[in-house]
Amino acid sequence: MIFLEAKQVVKQYAKHLALDHVSIQVPENSIYGLLGPNGAGKTTLIRIINQITGPDAGEVLFNGRKLQPDDVTRIGYLPEERGLYKKMKVGEQALYLARLKGLSKHDALKKLKYWFEKFELQSWWDKKVEELSKGMQQKIQFIVTVLHDPQLLIFDEPFSGFDPINANLLKQEILDLKKKGATILFSTHNMGSVEELCDHITLINKSKAILHGPIEEVRQTYKDNLVQLDFTGNPDLLTEKLAQQYHLEKLEAINSHHSAHIAMGADGSINHLLGSLLNDFEIHGLKEVLPSMNDIFIKVVEQSNNQSQPQK
Amino acid sequence: MSIVGPLLFAAMMVLPAWFASMDDQAEKKIAVVDHTGKYLNAIEDTEYFKFSWLANNNQSDIEDTYQDKGFAAYLVITDDLQKKSDAVTIYSDVQITIDVKQHIARQLEKFIEQERLNSYNIDGLDEIIKNIHNVDVDVSIITLGDDGSQKESFAEVTMIAAIVFAMLVYFFVLMYGTQVMRGVIEEKTNRIVEVIVSSIRPFQLMMGKIIGIAMVALTQFLLWVVFTVVLIFGVKTVFFGNEEMPTRMDGQIEMMQSANGELSQDQTAEFAETFQKILEKTKGLDLIGSLVAFIFYFLGGYLLYAGLFAALGAALDNETDSQQFVMPVMMPLILSIYVAMAAMRNPDGDIAFWFSMIPFTSPIVMMARIPFQPPVWEIALSMTLLAGSFVFTTWFAGRIYRTGILMYGKKVSYKELWKWFLYSKK
Repeated sequence: MIFLEAKQVVKQYAKHLALDHVSIQVPENSIYGLLGPNGAGKTTLIRIINQITGPDAGEVLFNGRKLQPDDVTRIGYLPEERGLYKKMKVGEQALYLARLKGLSKHDALKKLKYWFEKFELQSWWDKKVEELSKGMQQKIQFIVTVLHDPQLLIFDEPFSGFDPINANLLKQEILDLKKKGATILFSTHNMGSVEELCDHITLINKSKAILHGPIEEVRQTYKDNLVQLDFTGNPDLLTEKLAQQYHLEKLEAINSHHSAHIAMGADGSINHLLGSLLNDFEIHGLKEVLPSMNDIFIKVVEQSNNQSQPQK
Repeated sequence: MSIVGPLLFAAMMVLPAWFASMDDQAEKKIAVVDHTGKYLNAIEDTEYFKFSWLANNNQSDIEDTYQDKGFAAYLVITDDLQKKSDAVTIYSDVQITIDVKQHIARQLEKFIEQERLNSYNIDGLDEIIKNIHNVDVDVSIITLGDDGSQKESFAEVTMIAAIVFAMLVYFFVLMYGTQVMRGVIEEKTNRIVEVIVSSIRPFQLMMGKIIGIAMVALTQFLLWVVFTVVLIFGVKTVFFGNEEMPTRMDGQIEMMQSANGELSQDQTAEFAETFQKILEKTKGLDLIGSLVAFIFYFLGGYLLYAGLFAALGAALDNETDSQQFVMPVMMPLILSIYVAMAAMRNPDGDIAFWFSMIPFTSPIVMMARIPFQPPVWEIALSMTLLAGSFVFTTWFAGRIYRTGILMYGKKVSYKELWKWFLYSKK
């Protein structure tokens, strides 16, 4: 079931078209990645979903119906540029932000207690925000984003500025939230996290959505038909054997054996390859190498940029 | 600030006078050479200047040796001052200050006046002169009410009240208006605005801030009023006890002395007299009415300007950019003070009338007119206009605010601001 849908959203600023008929469909209880270069339009789309600005054309559907003002209580938003009031006390501020999202004071306090204990921040309740380290402030910001158990969570560049430990913590929490039933949308440049977390992605470049789909599918689409072969044997012999049909992309020596990346070509079959090598090599493993999201990102964006440039 | 504020004001008025009166000088001896011989001992010594008439009326004698003899300067009178009024010169190696010059001139003038009087040879002339000058006319002012009532008022007090009210409105509007601006800028620079705006509309955020700061301002004002009242009653009780304040000067002096034997007789008498006069005169003012008017005009003026300050804050990225945009907003406020001063001399004139109607200047100018009790319809009209305008400026500012708070790094010009105003959100 589609939980969040943007249909042909258009956003025009004075001299710049930020979103050009962008559509996305976020399935319920999935982790959806919104990718794209800087300035592509991701933050604009996110702001429209959060009702911070409105679209010039198109609409946003929340849980099957048009987005309404009080949906803000069902959405949790962690913006890219995040800040807190420096001179305000931590506990007081967290309570204020929680209540802005519609929680009663009593509920907010209860939930804050839970989260503060989970992140070991209890002793900081009465301190001013400016006394906290950056990592702690990030934890607070995360807490106020998820406190009201929103159905939809939106994270804009959540990992930027996080050290590896906190980044890992954040990843775990996002997975936890998915387990509890939330739908999560996050925009990022951190392709590693995309591979680890996302079920679906959309790639936006220059105001247009140019790539959609479940991650596996996308990687399949862009695969170079590479296989990785781990074997023990004579590497030169391999090169010889492969010369006719297959192309040896990479050869690596690892401890006592080798690892080769072999381009299969469009028509190549793994069975055939295996057949031709069985007699001469001890094969440890053979698997398809799917391109990394990073590679796909670069490839697709470059392609799209080339297409939009006039042909010489 | 609430407690310290009034103390600071009091200090500001007392300290400069105190410093001026402080004496920080050493004794100086001045030699006098009088060629005419007429002005012997005409100049009285002061606490710091001692004049010595030289027996030998020869300038050349003293010219080079005055310092060795311990004199700081020497004065030479060359001719009869009634014939030649500039025939007196003071020579010194250090710069002679104004007070020395004035003292010498005044003393010599007095001496000559006395000489002239004496030349008429009238008996008892001195007494006659003293009696002539011993006059103190005190004009009472009575304002006629429409209902035939008569109320005594005091020009000085109304003037002071006008100034005080005008300045208070000016300071409060400025202080709290800029606080709004700074708050907006802070939210913008630390980026919390985006989180908040995902929960509420920008207009709500702006109004919340404006109203919140208005509450702070009102609280501070009330604290000052309470503090001042307490202070006045405190002084009254300390110096006059719980008894009815005596109207006779002697009685006052007696009480002062018994209450606090440390102050000198003159000082306490003066203080008591002035204090009582002030209290009496302020009864002529409609204090409650003025306070109500003050609260209205302060709130109205503040709300009018606060919206504009909020819009400014939204347009700017940091405080250093702010100066060039803040000036145009502050101009009407500053102008108001000047107009208010003119209004105090002519409270019912055209300038006073028009500027107490124009919403940007009316808070200050009308407050300056209030002690002079302008017609009620004028006050009502002015208040209505002010109320209408602040609704308008708040709406206008709100549209600039909601676009501006999420814009960063854009070079802001008036054209840009106008575009933000026009930009409508669906």
